[in-house]
Amino acid sequence: MELLKVDQIEKYYGNKSSLTKAIDDISFEVEKGEFVAIMGASGSGKTTLLNCISTIDRVTAGHIYLEGEDVTALKGKELNKFRRDKLGFIFQDFNLLDTLTAYENIALALSIQKYGVSEIDKRVKAVAEQLGISDVLNKYPYQMSGGQKQRVASARAIITDPKLVLADEPTGALDSKSSKLLLERFVYLNQEQNATIMMVTHDSFSASYASRVVFIRDGKIFHEIVKGEDKRKTFFNKIIDVMTLLGGDVSDAV
Amino acid sequence: MLFKMSLRNIKRSIKDYAIYFFTLIIGVSIFYVFNAIGSQASMLQLKKSQYEIVELLQSTLSATSVFVAVILALLIVYASRFLMKRRHREFAVYMTLGMSKGQVSVILFVETVLIGIISLVVGLLVGTALSQLMSAVVVDMFEADMSAYHFSFSLDAARKTVLYFLIMYVAVIILNNVAVTKMKLIDLIQSAKKTERIPNRNPWICLLVFAVSVAGLVYAYYTVGWNYETLGQTQLSVCILLGATATFFIFWSVSGIALKVIQSLKNRYHKGINVFTFRQISSMINTMVFAMTVICLMLFLTICAISSSFAVRNSMNNNMIEMCPADLELHLGNLDFSKEAESEEYGDTFTSLSDLYEKKGYNLTEDLSEYLDFYTYADPTFTWENSFGDVFQQDEGAAVSVQLDMSALEEIITVSDYNRLMKFYHEEEISLDEGEYVVICDFKNMMDIRNCELAKGRIINIYGTDLKPKYNQCIEGFISLGASHINTGVFVVPDSVVEGHAPQMNYLIGNYDASSKAERGKIEELQYSRYETIWNDLETTSHSVSYYYIDTKQHIEEGAVGLGAILAFLGLYIGLVFLVSCGAILSLKCLSESVDSVERYAVLRKIGVDEGDISKSIFCQIGIFFLAPLALAIIHSAVGMKFATYILETFGTEAMHQSIGTSAVILLMIYGGYFLITYFSSKNTVS
Repeated sequence: MELLKVDQIEKYYGNKSSLTKAIDDISFEVEKGEFVAIMGASGSGKTTLLNCISTIDRVTAGHIYLEGEDVTALKGKELNKFRRDKLGFIFQDFNLLDTLTAYENIALALSIQKYGVSEIDKRVKAVAEQLGISDVLNKYPYQMSGGQKQRVASARAIITDPKLVLADEPTGALDSKSSKLLLERFVYLNQEQNATIMMVTHDSFSASYASRVVFIRDGKIFHEIVKGEDKRKTFFNKIIDVMTLLGGDVSDAV
Repeated sequence: MLFKMSLRNIKRSIKDYAIYFFTLIIGVSIFYVFNAIGSQASMLQLKKSQYEIVELLQSTLSATSVFVAVILALLIVYASRFLMKRRHREFAVYMTLGMSKGQVSVILFVETVLIGIISLVVGLLVGTALSQLMSAVVVDMFEADMSAYHFSFSLDAARKTVLYFLIMYVAVIILNNVAVTKMKLIDLIQSAKKTERIPNRNPWICLLVFAVSVAGLVYAYYTVGWNYETLGQTQLSVCILLGATATFFIFWSVSGIALKVIQSLKNRYHKGINVFTFRQISSMINTMVFAMTVICLMLFLTICAISSSFAVRNSMNNNMIEMCPADLELHLGNLDFSKEAESEEYGDTFTSLSDLYEKKGYNLTEDLSEYLDFYTYADPTFTWENSFGDVFQQDEGAAVSVQLDMSALEEIITVSDYNRLMKFYHEEEISLDEGEYVVICDFKNMMDIRNCELAKGRIINIYGTDLKPKYNQCIEGFISLGASHINTGVFVVPDSVVEGHAPQMNYLIGNYDASSKAERGKIEELQYSRYETIWNDLETTSHSVSYYYIDTKQHIEEGAVGLGAILAFLGLYIGLVFLVSCGAILSLKCLSESVDSVERYAVLRKIGVDEGDISKSIFCQIGIFFLAPLALAIIHSAVGMKFATYILETFGTEAMHQSIGTSAVILLMIYGGYFLITYFSSKNTVS
């Protein structure tokens, strides 16, 4: 069953004299329980795509449906409600509130949905267990490593059981070991907890953890490959091949 | 080039500068308005005697201006340093690009000069406009004629304002320069990184400190507010110091435990974005403990200054009707007669008012529609010491006695004279049996002392007759005209007691035979000119007259009105400057906090927090930040006003409630105004 349907969307920036097509007619679908990676070089329009799906930005033309609901038609308060109830976000720079402890950061996502205290406590502890951050719950962001911060951010994103988790370059600010740990957690969440994840990245290694990779170039879908029964290593090589074709720097791909 | 950069910097950081700018403008205009009052008042058609008061007002205000200038200078230096700190990152960029410190100084210099000039010009314009409004107040205060008013601009006040503010700006420029020379590039770059330090205070120590501070405050409150009769100078200073210290530690400890307490209320803490709101408030208050203390104390002073000055002014005006039931009072006597009383001549040389006037060729009762003359007596052996000296021996802690000259003689009046006078004043008469006495007094502090002795049935001896008190307390009243309750005590005794003794003082109380204001003025002038002529050649001709005095209702009224006006203006001046300073400091802190928190609000939006909840959170944060010092200041003021009421008893404080209302309105307008501006610009910053 399709969860997300992106239907011929376009996004233009600028004015009449200088028009930039950040997204130029993109359509694709995401099934429930999928782990999709969107790949592309800097400036290819992948973050714009994510912003449009997450309703942070508005499309110029086209429609985006989540569970059949047209999110491009939402306005004002409905947008916030939609984001709060249906989506989970993970950002490159974590976006944790530096004044709050890890526990409070995670709990905030539930408390704005008006959950009771005992329910919040139960869920926070459970999700912390899943992501291996139980021991940093009482620390402030500045007392944590990058990997821990990103896992706290992930915990905040999935604790509300969102329909769709959107991750924007989640490994961008992490070292390779932390990246690997985080991505393994993503796979766990995807396979064991049945979370639908859509991740934007320009890193082939990160993308190789996904079950499907969509390549974008100059605002258009360039190619799409599915992992299927492949080993991660094989899938990684396939991604590298496409990246070479894409014209991206090979060193960039490795 | 550097000039252009400065100009752009101001435009770009207009949000930060808005409050600074606003404060400067208010500062300049307040300064101008109050310095212009003198020249405005002198433009009104005032009576001659009022000019003296206007002069006094002018000199008081200009003396206060020096103090105000110091406060404003501190505020401006604080604000500019604060804004400069916010720009460390910008300076780091300039310096990494190769700009020298000298050039950075030049940029800052140009910025300060630009802001200075604009704020001075705008401030003076606003001030001129406001001072037209103030004219109405001046007219009202001096009870002058509104038709005499016309548009005015005081060049003197403007010149003075410009001079004072130039000095302040020069100070700012010098301090900025010093700060720039001290800058190190590495510090500037690192200041860009946000390091959120959350001070971790031990909750038990906080609790202990809180308990001790509250205890200290309660002690100070008790001493000042309830136990004031035994309060000495040093003790008062100790209490003030104790209060200030306790205020600081209350803020210190509350900011330490408040969060812990709220955190333990899990249902409340984890509701909506409360967790975020409380954390924001806690970090804001934690970094501002000292500033909050200063603000709290300034608010306290403001409330007390405005309320008590207006209370005194209003009460004085109300008292007037009650305290001046007649137009004219003349008295003649020999106060320092204790030596002469023993000589036999004394009784013969006592001159009465009518004798004196006759001798000089005047008719004493001319121009008076009705009049009354009477005598008062003084027994050279009956001093304050003899009438209530015992009070202080029993209670050695009583510091009040220090200021009293206990050898002063008590004034004595016969019951028949007293009753005649009361009839004249339309007040209640009394009846007195032989061997009894009554004390008339309306000076509250003195009444308290006298009542102690009266309650014990103190027997006194006047001219060899023993008398016992008829009542166990003083009767509230007076015999002399006055502007306020300053009658320290008059003894009413049966007529027989003073028989055969020479009087000490001859009083004449009368009403003018006049129907119009102009006629009254004429009689008033006549009375004064007679008084002056007589007084001028008095000493040489009559040795027994050492005390000759005239007082009129009109004179008392003018004096009281003028004194009331001076007090009200002073209270308003200091109060306004303090309020503006408090508002500006809080505002600057809140605004810079919201600039720092822009990203946090972006995160909140990204995870789907409603705009309404964000606004509510901002409102809450700023509200609590503004309310915390105000709340404590109000508690302080409640006690402070209790003490002020006691101190100002003499002037009358009946109008206290009304004037508390006045100060509340002023507070609400300025402080509330700052709150609203801060709230809206914070909201604007984060959206």
